[in-house]
Amino acid sequence: MALVEIRDVYKTFTRGAERIDVFTGLTLDVEQGSFTALMGPSGSGKSTLLNLIAGLDRPTSGTVRVNGAEVSAMTPAQLATWRSEHVGFVFQSFNLLPVLTAFQNVELPLLLTRLSKRERDERIRIALGVVGLDDRMDHYPRQLSGGQEQRVAIARAIVADPTLVLLDEPTGQLDAKSSQEVLTLLARLNDEFGKTILIVTHDPAASGRARRQLHLEKGTFVEQGSLVP
Amino acid sequence: MKFWSLLRANLGRHKRRTFLTIASVALALFLFASLRSVITTIGMAAQFGSARRLVTTNATGFVLPLPVSYANRLETVPGVEKVTWANWFGGRYGDGKRFFATFAVDAKSYLDIYPEMSVPADQKEAFLQDKGGALIGVRLVNLFGWKVGQNVTLQGTIFPGDWTFTIRGVYTPTDPAINDDALMFHYDYLDERAGRPGNAGWYILEIDKPDNAAQIAKTIDDQFRSSSAPTKTGTEQAFNASFATMWGNIGLLMNTIGLAVVFAILLVTANAMMMSARERTRELAVLKTIGYSDRLLFGLVLAEAGLITITGAVLGLGAAKLLYRATNFNAAGFLPGFDVSWGTMATGGVIALVLMLASGIVPAMQAARLPVVTALRSVE
Amino acid sequence: MKIPITYNLRSMRARPVSTALTALGIALVVAVFIGMLALANGFASALVRTGSDQNVLVLRKGADSEMSSSIDRETASILASVPQAARGGDARAMVSPEVYVVIALGRIEDTTGMANVVLRGVSEQAWQVRQNVKVVEGRRPASGKNELCVGAKLVGRFPNTVVGQTMHFAGRPWEVVCHFTAGGSAFESEMWGENEQVMPAMRGQVFQSVSFRLADPGGFEEAKRSLEADKRFTVDVHRESEFYAQQSQLLGSILRILAVLITSIMAVGAIFGAVNTMYAAVSSRMPEIAVLLTLGFRPRSVLASFLIESAIIALIGGVIGCLLALPLNGLVTSTTNWASFSEIAFAFRITPGLLLAGLIFAVVMGMLGGFFPARRASKVPVVQALR
Repeated sequence: MALVEIRDVYKTFTRGAERIDVFTGLTLDVEQGSFTALMGPSGSGKSTLLNLIAGLDRPTSGTVRVNGAEVSAMTPAQLATWRSEHVGFVFQSFNLLPVLTAFQNVELPLLLTRLSKRERDERIRIALGVVGLDDRMDHYPRQLSGGQEQRVAIARAIVADPTLVLLDEPTGQLDAKSSQEVLTLLARLNDEFGKTILIVTHDPAASGRARRQLHLEKGTFVEQGSLVP
Repeated sequence: MKFWSLLRANLGRHKRRTFLTIASVALALFLFASLRSVITTIGMAAQFGSARRLVTTNATGFVLPLPVSYANRLETVPGVEKVTWANWFGGRYGDGKRFFATFAVDAKSYLDIYPEMSVPADQKEAFLQDKGGALIGVRLVNLFGWKVGQNVTLQGTIFPGDWTFTIRGVYTPTDPAINDDALMFHYDYLDERAGRPGNAGWYILEIDKPDNAAQIAKTIDDQFRSSSAPTKTGTEQAFNASFATMWGNIGLLMNTIGLAVVFAILLVTANAMMMSARERTRELAVLKTIGYSDRLLFGLVLAEAGLITITGAVLGLGAAKLLYRATNFNAAGFLPGFDVSWGTMATGGVIALVLMLASGIVPAMQAARLPVVTALRSVE
Repeated sequence: MKIPITYNLRSMRARPVSTALTALGIALVVAVFIGMLALANGFASALVRTGSDQNVLVLRKGADSEMSSSIDRETASILASVPQAARGGDARAMVSPEVYVVIALGRIEDTTGMANVVLRGVSEQAWQVRQNVKVVEGRRPASGKNELCVGAKLVGRFPNTVVGQTMHFAGRPWEVVCHFTAGGSAFESEMWGENEQVMPAMRGQVFQSVSFRLADPGGFEEAKRSLEADKRFTVDVHRESEFYAQQSQLLGSILRILAVLITSIMAVGAIFGAVNTMYAAVSSRMPEIAVLLTLGFRPRSVLASFLIESAIIALIGGVIGCLLALPLNGLVTSTTNWASFSEIAFAFRITPGLLLAGLIFAVVMGMLGGFFPARRASKVPVVQALR
């Protein structure tokens, strides 16, 4: 059984009188421990797919299952709990809370758990250590470079030990060097820690690091990597 | 509370706004406590009075006198144990800018019936011995710097001329509703100088059992009904309460203003909360992607409003309580025993909670209902 | 170069809730400000209007109110022929020796509470002396009878005050034969009867005061000097208008101080609200402001523009506040005139001047609240804001 199972998903937006069919019967499996890059032009539905998997959005019809749980059928409250346990999300524009330090930003997902203060501290130190920022814990986002901010965001995404890490254009606002650092970090998370990673990107350098590339165009995969039938 | 650092960080985002909003709430509750205390203090004065004391006045109007000869007849009424009387003197001191009450009293029986006026034994003795002596409230000592043994001269407004008294004692009320700024002197001295008209302003009676008050009052009033000066007898409480009603609609006035104050500050707080929530739309959406539930975000926004209003309330109510205590405020004698009661403090606390709900509920609901995808897309 | 006001109006419309909340906050402050001063005004003007410049009030020396005064019959009869007094059509001097007593009456709405009401025993001349007093229903009390004329503000608030009904106090019945008005003054809270009837019922053989009308309004000083120097009696001579104005002083100034105190504390809160709103307005418009500055608008114009915006919001609040307070005008309330322990009814009085003061107050609040945010706007660092 695949970690993520998308079956026959339809997704339609209505904008005014206009109907936009993003997906018409999309099916996809993402295996546990994989590193997948999702590519395609703007408007192809990449981000929508990511949102569906994260349970931020619902399919018009069809099912989205993650680790056996049917995401598309959960209530908003169930989704919130589920996300806190299973999904780490990274954005193009980092989206750190400017009023919190790096440490406090990484702590946010752990506040939803029953961990004690000491256990939380330990997990945060490990996460910030993994991204190489254990010397920047008390810095505020504005005191960090873009690459550092994104690494804090990744630490925040992995600190609760999620099943799945989803990244939406994580290198979109970074220079080449910072991009490389972030991508190396992602590869390491996949290799060393066995994290399942799904990344939406335009960046060929980013997709190059993935073990599987998917090209989405007008809501369908035009060409798929070798690991999926 | 593990979300404390998040709340504190959010409040610190716009330090000035948070400070100004807290200050507004503090001012509003300070004002509320002050206005409310006017009402409670007047009410407390109306509550004051031993259930064992009755007051007998002239039925036609309390400013009209009764013959002092009624004293003997009142004493014989069954159930009456002690009788004393007093006269309003209406003295003016200096330029008369600071008014205080002056009474002529039948000193021995008066102090006997009012154990709430505590006087050192030697001073009491000295006052009783000296016909031209006066007994003053402790506040007058602070106000004018008067000392025991000193002579003070008042101008009589009702009884003409200069009246000089020797201060023989200082009393301290043990009940805050008793004026601590009155001057008392001997009835006999007044009566003699006024040419022995034999008038008493009002009588105070001590009775055996509070339960008999109504019956005794009726007996007295019936006894004097067809005399030249019919009487009206009631409990001391009712007598004091009738003064409280003389303030007219002050309660309504104070409550209305208090309501307007609280409402005005509600607008300020609500505005600040809405501004804060609006600026934070994207952050709220990010928290939702992390897994913060709608209910939790609702609670966090409300808690932020609550921190502001409750901090403001603690500051405002605390300042009111301490300020009036420390300055021994009594509105130039109009409101003896002025104090912010614990009931008022509790009401203030409830207002802070209402302010929290009223100012926080809309932003909190907006936060809870925020659609993540559109909120994130609108800025990306 | 000035920034057009339409720019401000548009930006206010862009955040309607915030603008409305701020304006409403200021409106409430202005409403309380106007309401409280209208109360103080009403009280003061009721007492001030009671007295006339042309009337003289004679009290026993040292008495600070009519209640504490006493004038014996001998003095009263000497005063009856005071040369400065005006004479009526019947050639009699307009002098009224009066009995003044405060009596207890039950109220209609609350029968357990007693109110203290002034009963004034007057001579027949009193109706000429007090020219603002007008009988609006019935006829004046007849001489030698226990009859009363009741002030308009007492009618309906106390039982048995309708013309034709009979009141009972001081051990005898009193028939109500008329109602009178007195231009909204404190007299309207009094009951008048004949002095020779009231005196024996109440206080034995003395009057409390003697009032007379001056033939020549300028003759007051002369009358005062000669009467106060007269060895046959010791009296104080007051101009009636000054006497009543002075009676209103204590409560009037308490009300005014309260009004200022309460509204200034409230105003500080409202200003804080305006500060918050204007800072938010400035920070959300940083890029716009930067554009204006690069276009060549001077920082001073930007400052003025934001000050004007704040003032407009406050002015809207001020107008709403005036509208909120306006229904109070004419509303009758009562309190005690502590100089006589008697109840006095009076009406809230909102004057155009008071409304104007309210509006000015609002604009001042707006300007104070807008100043620092406006200054911040005028100092926006262009390069940073545009980036």
